[in-house]
Amino acid sequence: MPRDTLTGSRIRERRVLRGMKQADLARKAGISASYLNLIEHNRRRIGGKLLLSIAEILRVEPAALTEGAGAALIASLREAAADMPQVSSELDRVDEFAGRFPGWAQVLADSHSRVAQLERSLETLNDRMTHDPHLAASLHEMLSTVTAIRSAASILAEPGEVDAEWQARFHRNIYEDSARLAETSRGLVTYLEADETSPLETGAPQEELDAALEKAGHTVPELEAGGDRDAALSALGRGLSGPARGLLRGWLDRYAADAAALPLDRLRPAVEEHGPDPAALAAALGADPARIMRRLAAMPPEDLPTPVGLAICDSSGVLTYRKPLPDFPMPRFGAACPLWPLYRALSRPHVILAGPVMQVGRTGTLLWADALATPQAGPAVNADPLYQAQMLVRPLPQGADPPATPPQLGVACRVCPRESCEGRREPSILASARR
Amino acid sequence: MGGQVLLIEDEPNIIEAIRFILSRDGWQVHTHSNGTDAAQIVRDRAPDVVILDVMLPGRSGYDILRELREDPAHSELPVLMLTARGQSKDREMAERAGASRFMTKPFSNAEVLDAVRALSAQ
Repeated sequence: MPRDTLTGSRIRERRVLRGMKQADLARKAGISASYLNLIEHNRRRIGGKLLLSIAEILRVEPAALTEGAGAALIASLREAAADMPQVSSELDRVDEFAGRFPGWAQVLADSHSRVAQLERSLETLNDRMTHDPHLAASLHEMLSTVTAIRSAASILAEPGEVDAEWQARFHRNIYEDSARLAETSRGLVTYLEADETSPLETGAPQEELDAALEKAGHTVPELEAGGDRDAALSALGRGLSGPARGLLRGWLDRYAADAAALPLDRLRPAVEEHGPDPAALAAALGADPARIMRRLAAMPPEDLPTPVGLAICDSSGVLTYRKPLPDFPMPRFGAACPLWPLYRALSRPHVILAGPVMQVGRTGTLLWADALATPQAGPAVNADPLYQAQMLVRPLPQGADPPATPPQLGVACRVCPRESCEGRREPSILASARR
Repeated sequence: MGGQVLLIEDEPNIIEAIRFILSRDGWQVHTHSNGTDAAQIVRDRAPDVVILDVMLPGRSGYDILRELREDPAHSELPVLMLTARGQSKDREMAERAGASRFMTKPFSNAEVLDAVRALSAQ
């Protein structure tokens, strides 16, 4: 979907900025003014030599004219618009908006994701209020005590006859109840403070982890050198909430074990020989293909012949790790496209499902995916294992024949243009934009 | 005035305060603090108005009220429900169970008094 439709608008904008007439630019570029007009209104595609010469006349880098706003930004803007259908945003001009006002568009997209984050926090808090038995009991006790105090106090304060004996009794009741109230509220405060998750501040722990790993480039040099996990934890985990640090600790433990079993020195020559092919590497190194996938995703870019992406999900399909590729984005939260081989692997554990994939509506780049589901832990006595699935995504390997009709899949239903799809869970905001 | 009120509530100091203000207003007040046999106590005492707390030991106020409403003899009995949670969900549940009126804690004495007077006049 996000094909670049904006080059023309950018040319027009630059031309106007330079105070140049359409006819002048057309003449200098050697085309007719009416043809330039079509280009500027994005009705004719432009590329090649003509683009270069127009860029030169306008004294801008050609890329400044051709590079559209990021697909992720466009997708966020579409989501933001879809969440407020009562405001009829100019969805057909979303590219133009993002291209002309990239800063404002980013503000809008960020605000939208912040709203989504806060809404989820609110749900979490609401759930807690409703389902936390301790909190409910404490509040009930406090309200009961407050009621008793209020009743007794107003009997004493309001006009009306109260004899001495009853007066003494109510005084005593108020005294007792206030002590009880102090005790309950102190307990409640302790309980609330002990809970160090502050969901309003931080969002979901998984999101925090994703952000921290993305910032670190998915690689931990300390652990590659056999360093201490705790040192890496304090470096990467700065500013994370308690639960997110817990997730990070688990991730680093696995990373350390992977790095110890398959150090870079061993991996590098094998990758040079076989490419980032998990099955071939597993055979050559005698290693677990699932571990090889994780090692490939953790390799510094300069050691990899081609970039790789990796998604890991648990048995429920929730993504617990995501390292997207530019041509293979992954949803930031919520579930991904059910057509991903990642999910198919869960129903065919221990088999590497390898084949070409293509995300619909994107640049149409053909990629290759290797998916494998393996038990999370070793065999247990009389207990079924819990599986997790991993999917490595990489450019089409050399020598692989591109299929006539590559299996098409999406990112997630909301941002997928494939309307008739057996995997569809919810309507696409792209489809509704077209109607 | 001068009807009979049955107060089913387990918080002793609330019992004491409500009993006092209702008695001073001329009502005859009986109290009961257990949910399990509350419905039977209502049948035995046949009060003019029932004040029923939702959170009772043994049995919830909703269940007690539902049982009473199934009995034709008590389908019209004025019942004032007390709850510590003012959410609309609770109000809905109280209405569905057949409460004549609904009051959230903390309430004022005057509110209780008004409610009991209004209910007995129906």
